[in-house]
Amino acid sequence: MLILTCPYCGVEADETELAPGGEAHLKRATVGDSDEAFEAYLFDRANPKGVHFERWRHAYGCGKWFLAARHTVTLEVYGTYKAQTPEPTKEIVAAIKKRLPEWEGRG
Amino acid sequence: MKRYSAFAIAREALRYHTGWERAWGNPEPKKRYDVVIVGAGGHGLATAFYLGKNFGITNVAVIEKGWLGGGNTGRNTTIIRSNYLQDPSAAIYEKSRSLYETMSQDVNMNVMFSPRGVIMLAQTHHEVRGYERTAHANALQGVDTTFIGPEKVKELVPIINIDGPRYPVLGGLWQPRGGTARHDAVAWGYARACAGMGMDIIQNCAVQGVETEGGQVKAVNTTKGRIECGKLALVVAGHSSDLAEMAGFRLPIESVALQALVSEPIKPCMDVVVMANTVHGYMSQSDKGEMVIGGGTDGFNNYTQRGSFHHIEETVRALVETFPMISRLKMLRQWGGIVDMTGDRSPIISKTPVGNIFVNCGWGTGGFKAIPGSGWAMAELVAKGEPGPLAAEFGVDRFREGRFIDESVAAGVAH
Repeated sequence: MLILTCPYCGVEADETELAPGGEAHLKRATVGDSDEAFEAYLFDRANPKGVHFERWRHAYGCGKWFLAARHTVTLEVYGTYKAQTPEPTKEIVAAIKKRLPEWEGRG
Repeated sequence: MKRYSAFAIAREALRYHTGWERAWGNPEPKKRYDVVIVGAGGHGLATAFYLGKNFGITNVAVIEKGWLGGGNTGRNTTIIRSNYLQDPSAAIYEKSRSLYETMSQDVNMNVMFSPRGVIMLAQTHHEVRGYERTAHANALQGVDTTFIGPEKVKELVPIINIDGPRYPVLGGLWQPRGGTARHDAVAWGYARACAGMGMDIIQNCAVQGVETEGGQVKAVNTTKGRIECGKLALVVAGHSSDLAEMAGFRLPIESVALQALVSEPIKPCMDVVVMANTVHGYMSQSDKGEMVIGGGTDGFNNYTQRGSFHHIEETVRALVETFPMISRLKMLRQWGGIVDMTGDRSPIISKTPVGNIFVNCGWGTGGFKAIPGSGWAMAELVAKGEPGPLAAEFGVDRFREGRFIDESVAAGVAH
């Protein structure tokens, strides 16, 4: 069972306690943006076979949104971090590189 | 290729079954094909079959990283129905259902199509209204469905509990012409028919790269070498994003695991397919007597073909409430498949940013029922370079234009 540590309350929560929220770090399209920008924001997804940055909510705990880096094939979790983070943090990138030296970064 | 027939069985019986030939070959890839189809699952093989049958294009290779029909074609719950709300969906799924009726004759292999009828249970008042609306829409679309009351549901499915404490059965959407088919035989039948037309089915051949030049595909690089192609069709379900990335574009797809399980075999007790969408479970009985049970998808991206255990628990709990007599059944096997979910839960049959690459994906949790219709529409798109009437609405540009075929809101799908 998938277990993630909530970066806010520190609880190790299994997936039945969490609500998945899809890809993280999407650039929000806004008024005046092109149709392409809206399509990219709403529908285009990286969907990698590898490292995935994603949003989770500690739904049956503290209720807060947070972000996680996880491998979609091995289900290995590289770490979780706070949602107020526009790009993956240095610590999380280092944690991924340590396990996957050949990883080329977020596509 | 020798035809399968009652006469052939008698002839082979007289000579100790020494005359059966291989159903399809195991060729090495040629240098070049007019069309290369990636993915030898139901949809890829059906595309190849109709390219040959409807358009006479037979210089075709279907390449497959694993074994034939070993992905979602071999992992689904084999339900066939066409009771969708939106017109484009009803058109392609009804075409598909009607092609299933004659598939055994068309491909000369018994695919065991069993039009036993499908009930989608209405267990909330919202669902009652939704399915009454779908029945009216289906009447206009020429799809044979009716909304039936709880007594009729009980008559069709004697083992059902219509007075459940949480979700009593308030009625159901009944499609008498829906049913099931033998999933492996669908893949094998198409493969044998394609091989008979001279096409190459190349298994254990994974695509590692797509060579493009000036916005056109030249070749695919595979574990069995470089294969040049005039046109390339990507029909790979859960791995569509991966292949699209090799070709240099993105798709509005997320891959998640969907699970199913079967029980130990028991005596015949239910001769229709029952789907309970509110509680997320559906069940039918196979010819071997196993209860075939489909569950829910994981909510997170996943390529593991396993899925989370708690979904099985939820599905089984819901079905035990709906069918109390199964409470002591033992489950034999559980498995998962990687399904490709789009934003509106409708498929993509489309041109792509690369001129001669075409994609057929996004069937999500309901691809098996669509196999022949999907192949029919995809073959037309690949052969002509432009979508025909069945595929026209399913272009990937609909996500930019806001022209969704929103079956997730219409509750035409099980998830």
